[in-house]
Amino acid sequence: MDFGLSRRAQSVALTLPLVAFLFVIFVMPLGTMMWRSVSEPEVASALPETLAMLEDWDGRSVPPEEVFEIAASELLELHEARALGSVATDVNRVESGTRSAVVRTARHLQGTSPESWQAAMIAVDPAWHDPAIWAAIRRAGERYTARHYLRALDLDQDVDGGVVRRPDDRAIYLELLARTLASSAGITLLCVLLGYPVAFVIANSRRLWSNIALAMVLVPFTMSLIARSVGWIILLQKEGVINDLLVWVGLIGDLDRQSMVYNLGGTVVSLVHSLLPFMVLPLYAVMHTIPKDHVRAATSLGANGWQAFRHVYWPQSLAGVGAGALLVFILAIGQYVGPAVVGGRSGQFFSNLIAYHMQHSLNWGLAAALNFVLLGCVAVVYLVYDRLFGIERLRLDP
Amino acid sequence: MRMSAMRSRRSLRGLLGAAALCLAAAAGADELVVASWGGHYAAAQQAAFIDKFEQETGIEVRLDEFSGGLAEVRRQEKVGDIYWDIVDLEFADVVIGCEEGLLHEFAANEWPAPDGTTAREDYLFEAYSACGVAGIIYSTVITYQPDAFKKKTPTSVADFFDLTKYPGGRGLRRTPQGNMEMALLADGVAETDVYKVLDTEEGKARAFRKLDQIKPHARWWDAVPEAMRMLTDDEVTMTTSFNGRVYHEVVVEHHPMAILWDGEILDSTQFAIVAGTPRLENAKRFARFISKAENMAELGAHLPFNMVRRSANDLLTGRSITGVNMEPFLPATEEHMRHGVWNNWSWWHDNLDELTERFAAWISD
Repeated sequence: MDFGLSRRAQSVALTLPLVAFLFVIFVMPLGTMMWRSVSEPEVASALPETLAMLEDWDGRSVPPEEVFEIAASELLELHEARALGSVATDVNRVESGTRSAVVRTARHLQGTSPESWQAAMIAVDPAWHDPAIWAAIRRAGERYTARHYLRALDLDQDVDGGVVRRPDDRAIYLELLARTLASSAGITLLCVLLGYPVAFVIANSRRLWSNIALAMVLVPFTMSLIARSVGWIILLQKEGVINDLLVWVGLIGDLDRQSMVYNLGGTVVSLVHSLLPFMVLPLYAVMHTIPKDHVRAATSLGANGWQAFRHVYWPQSLAGVGAGALLVFILAIGQYVGPAVVGGRSGQFFSNLIAYHMQHSLNWGLAAALNFVLLGCVAVVYLVYDRLFGIERLRLDP
Repeated sequence: MRMSAMRSRRSLRGLLGAAALCLAAAAGADELVVASWGGHYAAAQQAAFIDKFEQETGIEVRLDEFSGGLAEVRRQEKVGDIYWDIVDLEFADVVIGCEEGLLHEFAANEWPAPDGTTAREDYLFEAYSACGVAGIIYSTVITYQPDAFKKKTPTSVADFFDLTKYPGGRGLRRTPQGNMEMALLADGVAETDVYKVLDTEEGKARAFRKLDQIKPHARWWDAVPEAMRMLTDDEVTMTTSFNGRVYHEVVVEHHPMAILWDGEILDSTQFAIVAGTPRLENAKRFARFISKAENMAELGAHLPFNMVRRSANDLLTGRSITGVNMEPFLPATEEHMRHGVWNNWSWWHDNLDELTERFAAWISD
């Protein structure tokens, strides 16, 4: 075919839809997220003069009357324009407890013209006497900020801009990240252990059996994630099927029933269940192509079953293990529906907090930063995989 | 009742909701889009006053389901495509939305009570804002299995924290809200001082210390059906819940449950008009309609709620469509709210972010 274009132009034109598609569904959202995680223009544009005045302030004393005056006028203007609420929310995110001080002050001082704004504002709310609220305004006013990333790493900035650790009772993200990574590694390991024999059976049985086994692996795919998770609750809870069975058999007494759900165990079980197909399918794809003669040849040359497996079969199936493990691990660390339903107290994952900040606290900057921390972890895993297996071997053949 | 619970179910519903919203076409001139909480609650609203409103005015009401919060209203305002006209919000969100100009502010003389009392006077003080039109009062209550403790019956919120006298698991909502207040009440803080104490560092630590007592036996729930299921499945012997949901379990599902009113946390949800709606006239007609005491009070025959407007609340008689006396389930009768606390939304606006973090740190510690 010749559309009057050069070959090169033709091939570019053919890939254009894909490029556009990738741009829209991948590059743009990611770019917006990244932008959000470092850019907080709201307070900066709402209180420009106050922030300019605060530039020279030492951060330790109560600012002078001029600052109060400017701040009051800007706050009142915002109040008038009904735009104060979201500004106050941003300041409150930096220093908890300041939201109502800001809003209340504007509401009370509306229409007044006191002699001393300083005295008037402090009279409405003593918080204005505390340098903390001014420091919070100054930090919330940073148009480009690293504070979301600091917070995502349980760090904070002190008055002088130095980076400090957050107090233990407010440091939650790193520990949760570590738990998420460790649990995901465990889930991946379990998937390898459970998936390998299954894939082997599927790849090496008669057609009928392998089809049945494959169907059983794929059944979970056809069910909604929530239904599956709730299914596990029915099985594992205190009054659940498994406990009933154990009591009936007499292994445990009726009063010793243990809840096996609403904890980390519940999360692991439900995720292994839903992610197993992602392990079995790549393994099957690889095992399918391993010639049966190889193992036979090894045994005919005197290798016992274990040796034949260890030196002939296993190395050839390794690409499948690697591909499956990479898929399962990456999918596991991003899970949040399963952990939300069956996770209970100890089984929450990092993504549950991202979801919280996306949907409840509406702190999208922080959610974006947390997202990128998670993405960073995935990138590291990917690089490690590349070093160990070589990413080009993700082709799923031996 | 359900509303706070549904808020936490947002995580699961969010995606579905977003998809549904994409499909929602622009409403016509004779239409009105009301966003409410779905389920029994929306069905009750439909039966109690929306059908009647449609008949009287010829305006067709389309009920959209959402799970609370201002995110969607904010989004509509931002993109300039407002297709929700009325939205049913938790009171805290009504106040924030009002401050941020997302909701239509009404004049003090708009929507007076039938006897001419202004809206401001007609509202319970705790539930008044310049944007809320009318609404209901619900509460977070402790619910227990009546036969779980031999012959003993828990009588105070302190009993919820007493594992020796009242053994068994405890269901709590996975949020600091409500739990912190109940912990302090159980620790002997007076109802009127709860937020004063909670505002101090020592007070917060005190609440966590009290929660420590039941932490090993705590089961956490996000959506209230989970709490009810834990109770009926014996995972717990007591749980926090919402009064409307308990009514549903007892009257409709016939599950044995009892409410401990001591230490209940009261709150309200209210209708508000979305600022900038192109169908403001229809929205105002709706607002006028539900401001009429008898229309709003009709909801009380479907679900056990008190009303934020006194004029409507005074019409509640305990009558219900199921024939069961509503009164034992009402959150804001004098007797039930004797040791209740009104959720202090302003305090939580200031502290929810911080306490959610501390709560998360505490819970996984």
